[in-house]
Amino acid sequence: MKQDISKLLQKKKKSILEDWMHLQLADAGLREDLMSNDELREQSAELLDSLLKGINDKTINDFNSDEFAPVYEILSGISISRARQGFSPRETGIFVFSLKDALLKTIVTELSNDQGALLETIVSVNKLLDNLGIVTFETFIKGREEVILRQTDEIAEISTPVIQVWDGILALPIIGTLDSARTQVVMENLLQHIVETGSTIAILDISGVPAVDSLVAQHIIKTVAATRLMGAECIISGIRPEIAQTVVHLGIDLSNIVTKASLASALKHAFAMLRLDVKRIQKEKEK
Amino acid sequence: MKIEKEQDVVPFRNRVKEYAVRIGMSVVNQTKLITAASELVRNMLKYANGGNTIIEVISEGRNSGIRLIFQDKGPGIKDIDLAMKDGFSTGKSLGLGLPGAKRLVNEFEIKSSVGEGTTVSIIKWKNG
Amino acid sequence: MDRIPILRMGKFLLVTIQIDLYDRLATNLETDLVYMVNKTGARGVLIDISALSIVDSFMGRILGNIGSMARIMDAETVVVGMQPAVAITLVELGLELKGVHTALNVEKGMELLQKKINGLDDEEDEIAANEDSTD
Repeated sequence: MKQDISKLLQKKKKSILEDWMHLQLADAGLREDLMSNDELREQSAELLDSLLKGINDKTINDFNSDEFAPVYEILSGISISRARQGFSPRETGIFVFSLKDALLKTIVTELSNDQGALLETIVSVNKLLDNLGIVTFETFIKGREEVILRQTDEIAEISTPVIQVWDGILALPIIGTLDSARTQVVMENLLQHIVETGSTIAILDISGVPAVDSLVAQHIIKTVAATRLMGAECIISGIRPEIAQTVVHLGIDLSNIVTKASLASALKHAFAMLRLDVKRIQKEKEK
Repeated sequence: MKIEKEQDVVPFRNRVKEYAVRIGMSVVNQTKLITAASELVRNMLKYANGGNTIIEVISEGRNSGIRLIFQDKGPGIKDIDLAMKDGFSTGKSLGLGLPGAKRLVNEFEIKSSVGEGTTVSIIKWKNG
Repeated sequence: MDRIPILRMGKFLLVTIQIDLYDRLATNLETDLVYMVNKTGARGVLIDISALSIVDSFMGRILGNIGSMARIMDAETVVVGMQPAVAITLVELGLELKGVHTALNVEKGMELLQKKINGLDDEEDEIAANEDSTD
């Protein structure tokens, strides 16, 4: 004699939810600061609802079945949002595994008179819920990765600040290694600012670049070329002695580019190009 | 999309742009992709009197991109390595078409046999 | 027949390219411009490409040609308003616009042309300009 599991569980849905909530609330790691109980209940009810809709005799042993697609969807949504809210993996895991406990409890009580069916159902439910657990962790990590990616973008954005040092003069201090992805960001940023501010001179300060090899030099030359195509002049400043040495040793030709040792002398050069005169009386910061 | 005459180039570029915008490609990458496409289409018109193009959106993991395929039944390219060199051209152009297009995209594949035609396939990823 | 209008402003010729050009249109522009330079004795040509979202090697070559042709007819050419994305793409493509000067916008381009034809000292001419290294 085989009972219809889905009907049975459907009938007991309310008590399962209560058990589940009870288990979740009983956990010491409950994060009431991150999520209210009502919200938790809502999430739990939604998930349970879709899970029970998906379960029937056929699907219970096939967790790839299409019937479970909405379950995975809801679960993914929940884990991703939890990852973003700062839940720990453990807290997120408990969410799913306590559902298992709740389900099994009901099944054990309901099927206590049929050992064979009980065992079979427990194994199936176990498998199913374990699978849900895996999905949870996968999506949880994905959510975390998204957070990391966003931060990477942000860092890339922050690490290339374009400063307007004077009317018509922009400065861009580059700190850290210049790879091709970064060069692209730098270039885009710089050119965009040139258009926005109508600046005709850009100073690229590379004193914060740890090493200049031929690839980095290539990137710098490209940036200068692009600036010129826009109709602005580009000065490279911050050539440290080591950089000068490597550039010459590597045989990189920077002779078409105006290069200056320091930002200050680059600025002086820029003033000269714009025919500006800096006098002591004017109390300029730059000298 | 068939390319038969030079008036087809602009609509083709617009189509490529539509796709690029749809997957949220940045303006710079869009421009690079469309420029590369423009070079390749021009080659097709010039050396093979047109041909066929395929635009498709592809994805790999979380990254998505656009693949463009250019097929022609023209004379083919004898020496691909030579054709990929900067400044080499059998026509009167600058010789930047193929190597330039390659620099503008992430993946570039060219197959050609003399007398049968040339197929170029390029991929530009959304981030990259 | 499709043609890009060329405006005359004193000693300068003004061209604003508003649409993406197909090849015939671009070669027409090249021919028309050279004839106009000849007819009007213009000393400067200003080409505004701010509306162009694409400049490929063909278009780049046309611009370079116009510059070189105008130069031997004693006129300077300034290309203004290039989009950042276009500039980056051109560099990646390996295309330098030889023979033409560049400026950020029409106003700066005009200034540059004025200076060029007023024959200021070459050394002081760097202002606001992208000096042609072949100069």
